[in-house]
Amino acid sequence: MSQAPASLSRRSFLRNSAGGALLIGMSAQGVLAAGARAASPAPGFVPNAFIRIARDGSVTLTSKQPEIGQGIKTSLPMVIAEELDVDWHHVRVVQGDLNLEAYGSQGAGGSNSTPNNYENFRRLGATARAVLVQAAAQTWRVAPGECTTDGGAVLHAASKRRLAYGALVDAAARLPLPEAATVALKNPASFKLLGKRIGGVDNAAIVSGQPLFGIDIQLPGMLHAQYIKCPVPGGSPLSANLDEVRSLPGVRDAFIVKGTANLNGLRPGVAIVATSTWNAIRARRALKVEWDDGPGAKHSWADFTAQARKISRQPGTTMLRRDGNVDAALTGAAKTVEAAYSYPFISHASMEPQNCTAWIKPDGALELWAPTQNPNAGQALVSYTCGIAKEKITMHIIRSGGGFGRRLSSDFIVEATAIAQQMKDKAPVKLTWTREDDLQHDHFRPGGFHFLRGGVDAQGRAVAWHNHFVTFANRVSQDGKTSLRNGSGGSLSPDEFPGRWLANCQLEQTALECSVPMGPWRAPGSCVFAWVFHSFIDELAHAAGRDPLAFRLELLGDQDLMPPTVERGQPYNVARMRAVLQTAAAKAGWGKRKFARGQGQGIAFHFSHRGYVAQVAEVTVSQDGQVKVDRVVVASDVGPTIINLSGAENQVEGSVIDGLSTLMFPALDIENGRIVQSNFHDYQLLRIGDAPAQIEMHFVKSDQPVTGLGEPPLPPLAPAVCNAIFAATGKRVRELPLSKVDLSWS
Amino acid sequence: MSTYTLNVNGKDRAVEVEADTPLLWALRDTLGLVGTKFGCGLGQCGACTIHLDGVATRACVLPVAAIGRQKITTIEGLDAKHQHPLQRAWQELDVPQCGYCQSGQIMSACSLLKQHPKPTDAQIDDAMAGNLCRCATYMRIRKGIHRAAEIAASEGKQA
Repeated sequence: MSQAPASLSRRSFLRNSAGGALLIGMSAQGVLAAGARAASPAPGFVPNAFIRIARDGSVTLTSKQPEIGQGIKTSLPMVIAEELDVDWHHVRVVQGDLNLEAYGSQGAGGSNSTPNNYENFRRLGATARAVLVQAAAQTWRVAPGECTTDGGAVLHAASKRRLAYGALVDAAARLPLPEAATVALKNPASFKLLGKRIGGVDNAAIVSGQPLFGIDIQLPGMLHAQYIKCPVPGGSPLSANLDEVRSLPGVRDAFIVKGTANLNGLRPGVAIVATSTWNAIRARRALKVEWDDGPGAKHSWADFTAQARKISRQPGTTMLRRDGNVDAALTGAAKTVEAAYSYPFISHASMEPQNCTAWIKPDGALELWAPTQNPNAGQALVSYTCGIAKEKITMHIIRSGGGFGRRLSSDFIVEATAIAQQMKDKAPVKLTWTREDDLQHDHFRPGGFHFLRGGVDAQGRAVAWHNHFVTFANRVSQDGKTSLRNGSGGSLSPDEFPGRWLANCQLEQTALECSVPMGPWRAPGSCVFAWVFHSFIDELAHAAGRDPLAFRLELLGDQDLMPPTVERGQPYNVARMRAVLQTAAAKAGWGKRKFARGQGQGIAFHFSHRGYVAQVAEVTVSQDGQVKVDRVVVASDVGPTIINLSGAENQVEGSVIDGLSTLMFPALDIENGRIVQSNFHDYQLLRIGDAPAQIEMHFVKSDQPVTGLGEPPLPPLAPAVCNAIFAATGKRVRELPLSKVDLSWS
Repeated sequence: MSTYTLNVNGKDRAVEVEADTPLLWALRDTLGLVGTKFGCGLGQCGACTIHLDGVATRACVLPVAAIGRQKITTIEGLDAKHQHPLQRAWQELDVPQCGYCQSGQIMSACSLLKQHPKPTDAQIDDAMAGNLCRCATYMRIRKGIHRAAEIAASEGKQA
């Protein structure tokens, strides 16, 4: 065992932790050797920032990632517990505050939490286990190699001796930590915990209604705020009847916040602070504001649609990819297809509306309780916008009632802080958005338009693909210059399938300027590109008179790996995709079943966020056009190990139904720069009766790194369902949402 | 402001609020019972579902002044030990994802089980149509209600 600098870090951590909070700089081993703010100075073995074992054998593990419903607060601690070899029943999980020095990166986005932490977390557990083994071996005067561990105890089989970890913590705390990179990890075949179905660590609190979410925060003397922004993003308040509002029951103050021009930051608005949420909401109903709408007021969805159609006849402003000669290939093709696809702006609509509690202390320090996916960015935005040094900001990461990418933005955090800064008596303030705020002031998934042309040859092979993608961009200012920045998910990668696969492929892009704020929405880009491209591939397959599965397998080709053609691009593991595609097809009985008119199967696949997923959907469309999804078969490859089978199945089922909900119902209209829809009565989401009768999940195991599952199973759902609708009715869905498309047949 | 005496989870509680205050906010801000959730404020999402004399009711559109002596049950008071068959089934099957809507789901499901101790999928879909789950835990909500019905039946009590 090495006694390298890691042990020094650990010793200084222990020495300091007795005195309370501390930070230790990153060592060569990064988070593995880093210390943490000590939760309590109770005795025990604290080998790193994530693990504390007490004398009674109880194990406290810290979850550093924000929990938004993806189950990370359960799954990553499970990884430590597996390698530490402790009984899950003895484990308690606590949420860590924002502390990058102690924990390393802390953000829940891009399905990155698992791939970025899985190996490190195994080593965290294994390192601690190695020290406990060493402590037992020394006690018994035997070689560590003769000892094994099981269920939170070290065993020496030859002498039939056993020491529980709790009895070893004092000895272990005196030993140096081994170099994390050198410790032996378990053979995955011997995993006891990983791969099992484990319930979420907060489930007991959830089902009994205990305070858990950001909106549940209550502090002594806390006030409640509403923040009213211009209905047109980019607009600002000129004047308001503040005196009248201040005189209303329970209102403590009302004031204008000047804000900034950053559409994703502190937008200008009017704050109302009251003694209860309802007193603030009631007062808001009496608020009258004269707004300067700004330039966004001229925009409408109808106008954007007309502009997109016009632009489609012109060359794109950006040529993303130009392989071969698309025009010549189309001219020479046996059959060609031309189609325009479009989808609207949509909201994240997490069940818990955006909220944040902020408290400016008398010394100017700021304490935040934020249901956020991106605490580090939130702290940075607050620091920059409100002029508070990062060192003076404490950020508590609070469980979020849904994320879906919405809480990667930090607008609600900076709003709460700006309001708290105005509190003369330094009262803590909880800002709660109404549902109307949440729907109309989201950072929306951008809408988009795809103008496609494709061709197949006489043998029924795809030979040409042309897409002009019309997307949306905001004007942003930086260092005195303004430029257009595409919305999140509103940029097409030249490498997006089937780019790279066709000899004649031309991809162009043009952005329409808008003032609607945009942000990442579960599987950004992929969530809509998969629908467009796999629908159009289906159109080509049918034009060629080919089976949609065979057509796709031929398109994917025989090679196992498709290298990237763009900088920082990713290789596409074609073998993994073929495997999930064939698995989904086989399990669904693709090509082996006969369907009556009005019923059918559709197939699609998509690679995103390092995950390979294929789906087969079966639908029934009634003659009056009502769609019912009878069954979805999902095959996913996210590596060799499923950490928490229950959590993984939840993510797949949730992604499938989220994909279906988004396909079927929600759409936002924009008129005079304003979002028209305001609440769940006119912004519909799928309800239980429309959930599929059956979702069947298969995990294809590959010898590749373990990766995330919060996003990859969503994109293939929409095209699989729409392709099934075509098989059932002969009607091709090219515009969303589905509920507005006439699918009746006779 | 007026003082109202509300019977919440079997106890009389005095709340001093304006007459138009929805029960949701009296529970959350005044009584500190935050298990009942705010989702829409329009009775559209069901996150705020409580029982009024045993019947599932949306607390976000129910003014405190309209309640009188009706008995209010919230998720915190569904079972003294939080071991209601639905609460056990929800944990056994790991129903929650983000968990935000689940107290409302459980309160609606409880109302359903009182009416139909052994509900069909169609009865579940019908009774639960007013409760949105944005994480889309619907498959497990269906299973969870069936499982709770089973637990209640095996223990010979009403869910």
